[in-house]
Amino acid sequence: MSVIKAENISFVYSPGTAFEKKALDNVSFEIEEGEFVGIIGHTGSGKSTLVQLLNGLLRPSAGKIYLDGKDIWEKPKKIRNVRFRVGMVFQYPEYQLFEETVYKDISFGPGNMGLDEEETDKRVRKAAEFTGLKEELLEVSPFDLSGGEKRRAAIAGVIAMDPDVLILDEPTAGLDPLGREALLSQIADYHKVRKNTVMLVSHSMEDIAAIADRILVMAKGKKYMLDSTANVFAKGDELEKLGLKVPQVTKIMMMLRKKGINVDPAVLTVDQGFNEILNCLSAR
Amino acid sequence: MVRDITLGQFMPGTSVIHRLQARTKIILLIALIVFIFLCKNFISLLLITLFSLLTILMTRISFFKYLKSLRVILFIIIITGLFNLFYGSGVILWQWWQLTITLGGVYNALFVIVRIALLMMVSAVLTYTTSPTDLTDALERLMKPLTVFHVKVHEIAMMMTIALRFIPVLLEETDKIMNAQKARGADMESGGIIKRVKALIPVLIPLFVSSFRRASDLAMAMECRCYNGGKGRTKMKVSHFKLNDLFAAIISVTVFAGVIVCNILFPAVI
Amino acid sequence: MKDFIKIENLYFQYESSEENENRSYALSGVDLTINKGEFVAIVGHNGCGKSTLAKHLNSIYLPTTGDVTVNGINTKDDDRIFEIRKTVGLVLQNPDNQIVAGIVEEDVAFGCENIGVEQKEIRKRVDNALKAVDMYDYRLHSPDKLSGGQKQRIAIAGIIAMEPECIVLDEPTAMLDPQGRDEVMNTILRLNKEMGITIILITHFMEEAVLAGRVIVMDSGKVLLDGTPKKVFSQVELMKKHRLSVPQATELIYRLRNCGYELPDCVLDEEECVQALEKLLK
Repeated sequence: MSVIKAENISFVYSPGTAFEKKALDNVSFEIEEGEFVGIIGHTGSGKSTLVQLLNGLLRPSAGKIYLDGKDIWEKPKKIRNVRFRVGMVFQYPEYQLFEETVYKDISFGPGNMGLDEEETDKRVRKAAEFTGLKEELLEVSPFDLSGGEKRRAAIAGVIAMDPDVLILDEPTAGLDPLGREALLSQIADYHKVRKNTVMLVSHSMEDIAAIADRILVMAKGKKYMLDSTANVFAKGDELEKLGLKVPQVTKIMMMLRKKGINVDPAVLTVDQGFNEILNCLSAR
Repeated sequence: MVRDITLGQFMPGTSVIHRLQARTKIILLIALIVFIFLCKNFISLLLITLFSLLTILMTRISFFKYLKSLRVILFIIIITGLFNLFYGSGVILWQWWQLTITLGGVYNALFVIVRIALLMMVSAVLTYTTSPTDLTDALERLMKPLTVFHVKVHEIAMMMTIALRFIPVLLEETDKIMNAQKARGADMESGGIIKRVKALIPVLIPLFVSSFRRASDLAMAMECRCYNGGKGRTKMKVSHFKLNDLFAAIISVTVFAGVIVCNILFPAVI
Repeated sequence: MKDFIKIENLYFQYESSEENENRSYALSGVDLTINKGEFVAIVGHNGCGKSTLAKHLNSIYLPTTGDVTVNGINTKDDDRIFEIRKTVGLVLQNPDNQIVAGIVEEDVAFGCENIGVEQKEIRKRVDNALKAVDMYDYRLHSPDKLSGGQKQRIAIAGIIAMEPECIVLDEPTAMLDPQGRDEVMNTILRLNKEMGITIILITHFMEEAVLAGRVIVMDSGKVLLDGTPKKVFSQVELMKKHRLSVPQATELIYRLRNCGYELPDCVLDEEECVQALEKLLK
């Protein structure tokens, strides 16, 4: 059974006012348990709205969202339980840090869940480990951390709730390439160990290319496609028309194909590109 | 959502009132408010009310919007109205236990209600038809003479400009932080007052931290652009009084003179 | 003119608080000369000192030891600080935090007003600056409703209106989406080519550095490499050793070359790469 199912969901901001804006229009999809799904789209494509609907921060104007087959808005008073199960890491999450120590900040979520001290402690340490935060940093004020460490601490704060579905909205925005790479591999490792569902929103396809099983492409508030990563990247032309940037190596393959050279267009990383060219050369 | 709050309430337009100089509007508004409170009888009150309503009509903004500006202080209007109703002198109209209503009381109440309502609505004319930037500029220029008394007029105006610029930014930020904490299970909708105030801490602290960060960024950006206080500063937009400002002034002064005449000619009721 | 900006033996240490007295130098011995009209990209990891260096170029930071001169004026010369800031404008990372006024054109005018430009002249400069960044149609808008890329272009216009000879941009695209990044990069390129403004771009995107005429790689407060993009990115091994990336096209060709295939020593973008591969595969 799918862990998350969206059924014809639409969302309108400030309905009935001059600022009325349709952000999502009749979107349906299903996400299987344990999947790693990338969500890409242009700014304003509705991807950020979509993820806020999935964990009940926004309520759809129309349509239903099911978590394990249950409508999440069946009991609006219990929506907090949905938020614990569908963890959400916002863009620039370091701006939410507020406690005296990193440890206390990470335990904010588990505390709100009403977990006892022992369980909270276990989860905080586990979450710090997952995100690569060093043990000694737990007793430091979050405001004394470096930019990258703050980001990790904030993500740990959500992971500590041990959600069944983890959603990350642009987790690497503003980081330098080293930080970006390290964080992405940490997320991939977390997914491998915890075996839960992870959804990663990004407009940088390079981020998603190497780790996502499937990719949901959003455009103008609608689902443009939802397919395996390789299949989505094979349609590089269409993605570029949507204003999305494909990785440079994918673009090189696309351009080679246009020149009549038969290479696989679904190349996502330099490694794959290198092997593909070698294959081509040895096949001749 | 916090984001939906509109600030400054400026409603762009091209009406006669919109096109007046902000300085003209401020001066005439102050004068008008003074005269609203100078009315001593129904004739002068009627005159000033008609003038105010005419001005409101001329802004071509729906009257409903002006009524909305009253909603905020409806409670105050009612309370002061009632207060005045029971504290008057003159012919007793109605009496029960300690409470008496006199004719003077009725007049007082009526005047107070009309005055406060007019005060709010004509102030709204200024804020509805003048952009916050124009308003700040006009205040800076009107207050310029105060520099003699070491009032930091330029600094105050700069603060207002920056506040106007950053209030929407910070509101949006508040919204984001609230959502982020809600996603971690923060409960801001239930519980008693103490619990709710406590629930605000995870929102307020990040908000302060981010405001300080923004302030230090902004200070650096302003330094990069050679900001050095008001000294030797020029302005791109310098507005001058035009003919329409003169007309507005003449009409207003005529009405104000009318109020004085009515006050003298007819007996005062309060 | 030669020696437009000259950095000599620059050391810089952030003021230390009590806990960390032995803070290392953020910049330790930087020597650089930047000529007028150049487009220089400075790349490196976070903490390599590239942003600190940028803030030395217009007297926001002053050297702990060593000197920075702009047009022969030492940045330590307190009396001529505004002269320096008029010559070298600085655009910061976060577009939201450097816009002062609530209306686009008034923000662009802010710098001119500060340096006492005459009223009519300001109007002209503001209009020209807005046209130069392609935001003239938005002159009466409020900055809140603009996209990140648009806001960043407004910030650039605010600097251009002061008619600087050089603009330093400190990671101007780090917070933008791909479209905003393109907008800003195109604007920068145009300013350099058409208006002859010297550009110093601090970035961690190698695809952006490739567009510059000169790339400076910084590592631990020192200059590691300095040269044309071709010269810098051909040193793939050295870059990798310092955990810096090179553009994917460059890396692909480099690896194939190492396998013994006949390919050019350095390609920078996808066109060059495709050209090279086409020859090899056809």
